Amino acid sequence: MAKTHPMTITEKILASHAREKEVFPGDLVDARVDLALGNDITAPLAIQAFEKMGAKKVFHRDRVVLVPDHFAPAKDILSAQQCKVLRNFAKAHRLTHYFEIGEMGIEHALLPEKGLVLPGDVVIGADSHTCTYGALGAFSTGVGSTDLAAVMATGRLWFKVPESIKFIFYGKLNPWVSGKDLILFTIGQIGVDGALYQAMEFTGETIRTLPMEGRFTVANMAIEAGGKSGIFDPDQITLRYVKKRATRHYKLYHSDADARYREVYEYDASKINPQVSLPHIPSNARDVREVGKIEIDQVVIGSCTNGRLEDLRVAAKILKGKKIAPSLRLIVIPATQEIYRQALKEGLFDIFLSSGAVISPPTCGPCLGGYMGVLAEGERSLATTNRNFRGRMGHVQSEVYLASPAVAAASAIKGRICHPEEVVKKGFKGSRVRGVK
Amino acid sequence: MKLEGRVWKFGSDVDTDAIIPARYLNQTDAGELAKHAMEDERPEFVREVKKGDILVAERNFGCGSSREHAPLALKAAGISCIIAESFARIFYRNGFNQGLPLLESSEASKEIQDGDQVQIDLSTGEIFDLTQQRKFLAKPIPPFMQELIEDGGLIPHLQKKELKGKTF
Ligand code: SF4
Repeated sequence: MAKTHPMTITEKILASHAREKEVFPGDLVDARVDLALGNDITAPLAIQAFEKMGAKKVFHRDRVVLVPDHFAPAKDILSAQQCKVLRNFAKAHRLTHYFEIGEMGIEHALLPEKGLVLPGDVVIGADSHTCTYGALGAFSTGVGSTDLAAVMATGRLWFKVPESIKFIFYGKLNPWVSGKDLILFTIGQIGVDGALYQAMEFTGETIRTLPMEGRFTVANMAIEAGGKSGIFDPDQITLRYVKKRATRHYKLYHSDADARYREVYEYDASKINPQVSLPHIPSNARDVREVGKIEIDQVVIGSCTNGRLEDLRVAAKILKGKKIAPSLRLIVIPATQEIYRQALKEGLFDIFLSSGAVISPPTCGPCLGGYMGVLAEGERSLATTNRNFRGRMGHVQSEVYLASPAVAAASAIKGRICHPEEVVKKGFKGSRVRGVK
Repeated sequence: MKLEGRVWKFGSDVDTDAIIPARYLNQTDAGELAKHAMEDERPEFVREVKKGDILVAERNFGCGSSREHAPLALKAAGISCIIAESFARIFYRNGFNQGLPLLESSEASKEIQDGDQVQIDLSTGEIFDLTQQRKFLAKPIPPFMQELIEDGGLIPHLQKKELKGKTF
């Protein structure tokens, strides 16, 4: 085979799906899509478009996935109608992967868990956080409903090959520092359009030891820096996660050592402390010790960013044997039914309930101000979610602060935003310890 | 294609929650969505916006979620074109897919003021501010995108392609 120019992992995946030997940033390619995703907000519009287009069949009934998760279990009549549109479409087209609420989960936690997205895939979803699957070494990006409709019909979509930016993290993570802190820090550095239209590639020794949960969290928020995608080099940690779940073939791609990047940022992770993003923009990130005394009304632990089992374990570790501040509400939302079941088994629910929390079934719920914890005028919430835009969680005069599950749990106890060390003794190894003992 | 209308001016990083708050996303009707466009940001927008009006913003317009309800709501509210220094990527795709043209020009985005009357020639990227009597030039829209706009969005475009015998 003729030697091609050095390429990034993103370029390699797009080239292979467009049946090209090589591609360059800026090229428009028509690529095969491995999996397409829609939810109860975006799929109804896509289904309308699909029908308007005159399409009769989906391109592959195993490869179109519908997840009602934003307002499901249906929060009101209109939402129920939307969920029904998905259900009916799934039935009519005999979709293999339609997830009714009993087996449901927040889409971006659910798809990897079920082995539906795999390394080397091209995945599109009518949801901006579709970039989450880059954690597995896939090219994965959010699109709108019309694009989703086109893919449902054809199994293909045009893409502009993005330039890549490399983020290298070295050094050991401090106690209580997790993937969430790395990505909030990064967005704080480069801004909400710092990676506009680009692929963000995360690498370096810190990243190579970061567990899958942390990688999902980082990739999930690539969009908050304007990124088209976030991507990780698939390695042993990826394979351990994927092997037991995959039911179809997948391929690992790696960036060439001399691949070209638009920019390279290098960060010493050992200097990064737990981060908090202040309202009303995710790039407003600070060291938790620098935010001052901010009292909060509500803490939400959940979402596609931080509703995974490891996140709940960390929160439980901090909350164990303690009570939340009486002035505050704590809402815990396991991201999928599987996580819910496992958390229950491990005794995490007992810890949450004893601390004064309420536990919601898997749903996006309050993350987008839907239900299950919408904020009133003037209220403040600390959340493990990914967006703190004005009005995101409810009233326009409410505020959202973004942080990790560790900071969220500790702050729930104190009633104000604080470092986990304030409630747990020093030297505790934090998020790296597995299980609750 | 030529457009003319009054300008509604916005700042940087206008996110999709500002364009159409998530609380209205339990429906897909464009007319209903249009009733709430920008309502948290500028409550008078919905009441006063007229068909053909033009939205001018600064950097990163439409950041945040992938909701196509955002360009849909603005278009149904009457907006005929958006000029900004830059757009968030998904919003950019969605705008064209809905047949709503988007122009990038940092100069126009800086200089054009709220309430100005503006004329746009989409085929050349020329923007003429009638109030200030000044001309700006935007990056021309790629030919592929121009075709989308002329056909009224991606769906009519695909339908047309199919009529011509190219299956999709
Ligand atoms: S949890 Fe929040 S960010 Fe994630 S998919 Fe749901 S609404 Fe979107």
